[in-house]
Amino acid sequence: MNAPVSPASIPELIEIVRATPRLIAIGSETKPRLSAADAVKVSTAKLSGITEYDPSEYTFTALAGTPLREITAALRERGQYLPFDPPLVEAGATLGGTVAAGLSGPGRFRFGGLRDFILGVKFVDGSAKLLRMGGKVVKNAAGFDLPKFFVGSMGRFGVLVEMTFKVFPSPPNSLTLKLEAKGIEAATRILIEAANSRWEPHALDLPPAGNQVLLNLRGPAAALEPLASEILARWPGVKLPAAEAESVWTELREFRWTHASGVLIKVPLAPAELPRLRPTLGELGQDVRLHASSGGSVAYVSMVSETAGSPIDSCLRNLKLHGLTLRGPGPLWQGCPHQSKIALAVKNALDPQNRFPALDN
Amino acid sequence: MTRPEQLATYESDGLTVFRARPLAVAVPETAEEVIALVRYCHEERLPFVARGSGTSLSGGSLPVEGGIVIALNRLNRILRLDPELRIAVVEPGVVNTQVSVAAAPHGLHFAPDPSSQSICTIGGNVAFNSGGAHCLKYGMTSNHVLGLKAVLATGEVVEWGGPSRENVGPDWCGLFAGNEGLFGIALEITLQLLPRAECFHTVLAGYRTLEQAGQAVAAVVASGLLPGAMEIMDALALEAATAAVHAEYPPNCEAVLIVELEGPKEAVAADRERLDATLRASQPVEVLVARDAEERAAIWKGRKCAFSAVGRLSPDFIVQDGVVPRQRLGEALRRVTEMAHEAGLRCANVFHAGDGNLHPLILFNGREAGALERAEALAGRILRMCVEMGGSITGEHGIGMEKRDFLPVMFTADEIAFMKQVRHAFDPLEIANPGKMFPTAEAPSLRQRGLHPLEKAGVLSRE
Repeated sequence: MNAPVSPASIPELIEIVRATPRLIAIGSETKPRLSAADAVKVSTAKLSGITEYDPSEYTFTALAGTPLREITAALRERGQYLPFDPPLVEAGATLGGTVAAGLSGPGRFRFGGLRDFILGVKFVDGSAKLLRMGGKVVKNAAGFDLPKFFVGSMGRFGVLVEMTFKVFPSPPNSLTLKLEAKGIEAATRILIEAANSRWEPHALDLPPAGNQVLLNLRGPAAALEPLASEILARWPGVKLPAAEAESVWTELREFRWTHASGVLIKVPLAPAELPRLRPTLGELGQDVRLHASSGGSVAYVSMVSETAGSPIDSCLRNLKLHGLTLRGPGPLWQGCPHQSKIALAVKNALDPQNRFPALDN
Repeated sequence: MTRPEQLATYESDGLTVFRARPLAVAVPETAEEVIALVRYCHEERLPFVARGSGTSLSGGSLPVEGGIVIALNRLNRILRLDPELRIAVVEPGVVNTQVSVAAAPHGLHFAPDPSSQSICTIGGNVAFNSGGAHCLKYGMTSNHVLGLKAVLATGEVVEWGGPSRENVGPDWCGLFAGNEGLFGIALEITLQLLPRAECFHTVLAGYRTLEQAGQAVAAVVASGLLPGAMEIMDALALEAATAAVHAEYPPNCEAVLIVELEGPKEAVAADRERLDATLRASQPVEVLVARDAEERAAIWKGRKCAFSAVGRLSPDFIVQDGVVPRQRLGEALRRVTEMAHEAGLRCANVFHAGDGNLHPLILFNGREAGALERAEALAGRILRMCVEMGGSITGEHGIGMEKRDFLPVMFTADEIAFMKQVRHAFDPLEIANPGKMFPTAEAPSLRQRGLHPLEKAGVLSRE
C-alpha cells in the first residue's frame, strides 16, 4: 500500500476527496483494523490543533488530527477534563480517530461515553462538500443528530475535519480501590452492586487478572475517605497509593495489557453476560485476555493471533454477542452483526459514489 | 376514529397557533398494529403523524391534512425493568414520569425531565430528543436511549443497541433520537436508568437585577462545581408562579436563581460550602435553602409551573427555545427585553441557565389586530440573535412546524440538502410527518387562539 496522502489544509482535503475514487481517513492508526480497507489512506496529521476553547462554556473545538494528548493537557491547565476518558492518549490517538472508532475509557462509567459529549462535527462528505452538523453550544436540538451518528462510523460516511465537545470541571480529588473477588461471578456481583450504590463511582472495571475489581471515586477529599471506608467494609480490598492508581488506570486505558501485535476486539455487553463470556473464551485454545470496563458494559478481548475459521466469531455468535476488531487481521465484525436495509440506504444516500469503504469492509 | 368531534381533539398540539384536521386517527394497541399501519401508509403513500400526548411545543405532532394520526397512547406498557442492569424497556406511549415511578422502589430514576413530564410520552421524548432541567450534567433524552426497536417509514423494522451502555459501529440510536417523527415510529425503547442521588441541596437566591443572577451563574461555573440544575426565573415569571401555586420568593427581586447540588451526602456536604460561599459573594437579596424534600418540591413546583402560570396572565403566548453561549446570557436577556419593548409586547423569561437555554415567553392578545404577527416577528428576531451569538434556534423543543423556516438561519443549503438525503433514506416517499423540520412553500395552517384545553384544565404546562 502506498504512503498516505496528508493534506495540509481543509481546501486541500476537499480536493483530495474530489479526486480520489476510494479513500479512508486515518489518524495515528492506533486502531489499525478499522481503516484496513482497500482504499487510499488520507491522513489528518496536518489538520491538527485546538481551534476554540472557552472554559466558561465547557466546550472546545479541535481539528480531527489533534492528538488527544494535546487536548487533555489544555483542559487540565484550566481544571477541566473529558469525562468519557478517551483511550490510547499516550499511544498518540487523535480526536478524529477516537470519534470514528467510537471509543471511550474506564471513566465513561460516571457521565457517559464519547457519544454523550460530542456536540458538533464538520466533515467532508462523499460529494466532496464541507458540511457542519450539530452546534457549538452544550444544548442543541436543531436538525438530525449527525454528530452522534459519526461516533463509531469508522470513516465510512465522510472525512471528519473538526469536532466540538462538551467538557466538565475536573473533580478535585481521585481515589482508587482494588477490591478482591474470588472469581468472575463474584467480581460481576461487585460490579452490579457498586453500580447501583449511593457512592457514584467514576470508573468500575474488571482488569484482565479477573479476580479483582478496580473502583475509582472522584470528588471533594472530605467525601472520598468515608465513602472508601464504607466500600472496604463491604468487600475486602485496599486503597491504592496515588501513583499506583494512576499506573493501573493508564495500563488499562492504553491497552498495555494486550498481546503485542495480537488481536484486540471490542464487545459491548451487559455485566450479567461476563460470567458466560469469560469461560467460553478460555476454550479457544490460546492465551485470551479480557478487560471488562464501565461496570461491565463492554469487554475488550485480546488474543495472540486469529486462527483459521475465526473461532472467536462463533464463540460470540453462540452467546448472541457481537464485536468489532480494532487490531489484528480478522474480520472487522465478529459474532452476530446485523446489516439492516436502512444501513445500506443511508450509506448510498450519503456516499452515492462509494468513495468510502463499505461498513462491512 | 373519523367523526369530526373525535378528530377535533387531535387537530392541534402544544403549539396551539397551528391546527389541521386529519382524515382519521388510528389508535393501535400493539406494536404489530403500528407496523401494519405504517406499511399500509407506505403502500398507499398516505402521510402519517405519530402522536403521544400532543405536548410538542414546536408543532411536531400537528396532523397533516389528508393524512392520518397514529395515536400511541395505548402502547403504554413498561415491558421490562431490570434494576441490576439499570434499564427499562418501554413502549412509546409510556408517560415520562411513569418510568421514574416504576424505577423508584429500586432507587433508580429516568433523568430527562421536561416540564410536561407528567403527561408527555417517551415516544415523543425520543422523537424530539427532549430535555429538561438537568441537561448540562446528564444530557438530553438521546443520552439515555440504549436501544430501539422501530418501524421505519418504509415499513422496515429495525432493532438497534440493547441493554449495554456501549456500542460498536455507527450510532443508529443516536441518529434516530431527535428525528422529529421523520424516520418512523419507535416501538420499544431501552432506557438507561440512573441511581437516584442520595442527597440534594437546593438553593433559591433572589437578585436585584437579572444581570446579577447571570453573573452568579458564571461564578458557580467558575467555582468548578457541577450542579445538577441551574435555573433562572424573571420578575414576570415570579409574579405568575406566586399567583398560580402560592410560591414564595424574596421580595423586590428582578430574578431568582435556583441551584441544585446532588450526590452522596458526604460530597454534597463538602460542595455546599463552596456553593454557599460563591452565592454569598454574588450580592443576593436573600438566599433560601430547602430544608427538606417538601421545600425542595415547592421550589421545583414553582419553577415547573411557571410557563402555564404566565400563560394565565395573557390570552395568548409564544414560547421560544433558543440557546446562547452561557457567558452571553446577560447580554441576550437585555436584548430580548429591548426587542420586546420595541415590539410593544411583554416577555417573561424562565430558562435553563446552566446550559444557556432561553425560554422567553412572548405575551400577546390574539384578538388585537396584528398582535400575533408582531409576536411572531419578535420570536424570529430572538432566534436570529441566538444564532448570531453562536447558539442554536432550539435547545430542546425541536424545529417541528414552528421553526422550519429558521433552519436555513443555522444551516447552509448544502447542509439542509444533506439532512434531506438522510431523511430520504428513511422515508423516500416523504410520508412520515411531512411538512415539518424543513422549510416548505406551503401556506401555514389555520390559527387558533388561547390556551390549549388541557392547559386551561391545569393538566399541561409548557416549558
